[in-house]
Amino acid sequence: MIAIVDYGAGNLRSVKKAFDHLGAQAVVTDQPEILATADKIVLPGVGHFSSLSALETNGMREALLQAASGGKPFLGICLGMQWLFEGSEECTEISGAGIFPGKCRQFPASVKSPHVGWNSLTIQKSSRLLRDIAQDSFVYYTHSFHAPLLAPTSASTEYGLLFSAAVEQENIFGVQFHPEKSGDVGLSILKNFCEVVC
Amino acid sequence: MLTKRIIACLDMDGGRVVKGVRFKNLRDAGDPAECAASHARNGADEIVLLDITATSGNRNTLLGAVRSTARSLFVPFTVGGGIRQFEDAAAVFDAGADKIAINSAAVRDPSLISKIAARFGSQAVVVAIDARKTDTKFEVFVAGGRIPTGQDAIQWARQAADCGTGEILLTSMDRDGTQSGFDCTLVRAVAEAVSIPVIASGGAGSAHDFIEVFSDGRADAALAASIFHFGIENIAQLKRELHEAGILVRWPC
Repeated sequence: MIAIVDYGAGNLRSVKKAFDHLGAQAVVTDQPEILATADKIVLPGVGHFSSLSALETNGMREALLQAASGGKPFLGICLGMQWLFEGSEECTEISGAGIFPGKCRQFPASVKSPHVGWNSLTIQKSSRLLRDIAQDSFVYYTHSFHAPLLAPTSASTEYGLLFSAAVEQENIFGVQFHPEKSGDVGLSILKNFCEVVC
Repeated sequence: MLTKRIIACLDMDGGRVVKGVRFKNLRDAGDPAECAASHARNGADEIVLLDITATSGNRNTLLGAVRSTARSLFVPFTVGGGIRQFEDAAAVFDAGADKIAINSAAVRDPSLISKIAARFGSQAVVVAIDARKTDTKFEVFVAGGRIPTGQDAIQWARQAADCGTGEILLTSMDRDGTQSGFDCTLVRAVAEAVSIPVIASGGAGSAHDFIEVFSDGRADAALAASIFHFGIENIAQLKRELHEAGILVRWPC
């Protein structure tokens, strides 16, 4: 069973709907106990980094960190991926999980922000999450802050600069784009996550 | 590189997709869920569903139609029409929309933009502006183009951006449904006045019109309805033509 973490992020239903479409058993939950029994975790998200503060109130943050360190396949989407880093310039009071080093930053003033629309993926290395995804595939983005490039970056995207479109390290996966809104390419990525064994 | 978006718009009246000319003379164009799925298959980058008679009929957005359209749609889905207050927006998100478009209610109370953005994020809020050219300016109209406000469209776009809207959906009422080309003067003026994406709407008739609004109009996205519904222009074919003209689009889809 895949647990989709509910912390008030707007696009939960879209994520659930995509897993339903793929025939995966997924539940939306805000209960730490459910996370403990789940096989895989999805931390979705869209919006402001401060909304992640909801994770602090009911023991969810600890449950997520435990699942991540315990080897469960864990997918962070958009804000959920940013949470995997140390934090974000968007809201410095909230700490991320610190699984990946560095902070999420704003785009340079040379480009419009938010970065909204379909942009292409430059796949950097072989990836279980991006298995069979063609180089330069288009995915849908909507965000104002971006994560830095680092060794676990499996794909990058260019918008004013190069940023981490996808990260992958052992059981931890993150995508800055919205696979649930990226048509067939996005559904293939979610299907790959369903099939990941860690 | 970020691509230019082609957005298919479904104007809905009483749960059916309709299309008029200059906001009048409505013709039936099908079921919203079927139309949306078919546009997405053909390469539409996004779908917008506007309940065009919700505001004038003083009723809420048809949530059943939103739900059934959202069910099997895996591209971004925006819903507008009849959203008067925060609770209406929340109900539309709950029914499966990724973004909401507000028009009349935002003009009446701009703080509604920041309220919705604070809860659902700026990326989820689209302010729709219907504008008509006068001797001195582009004037904002509300209630589906029925009521003039005296407001200047460029100033209003700036204010809406300051309130935290994520995108502007800009419709030229003079061009709506005429297939005579987008109003590039209006689109460019707004696109240069704000730092958020601008979606051009009203007047799409040919691939050339799209090329023009992306280059001269500086639009980030372009929206059309009638040319897609009635098969005048196929989205896949349109994107091929844009690609060949050097406009960056999601191609092949």
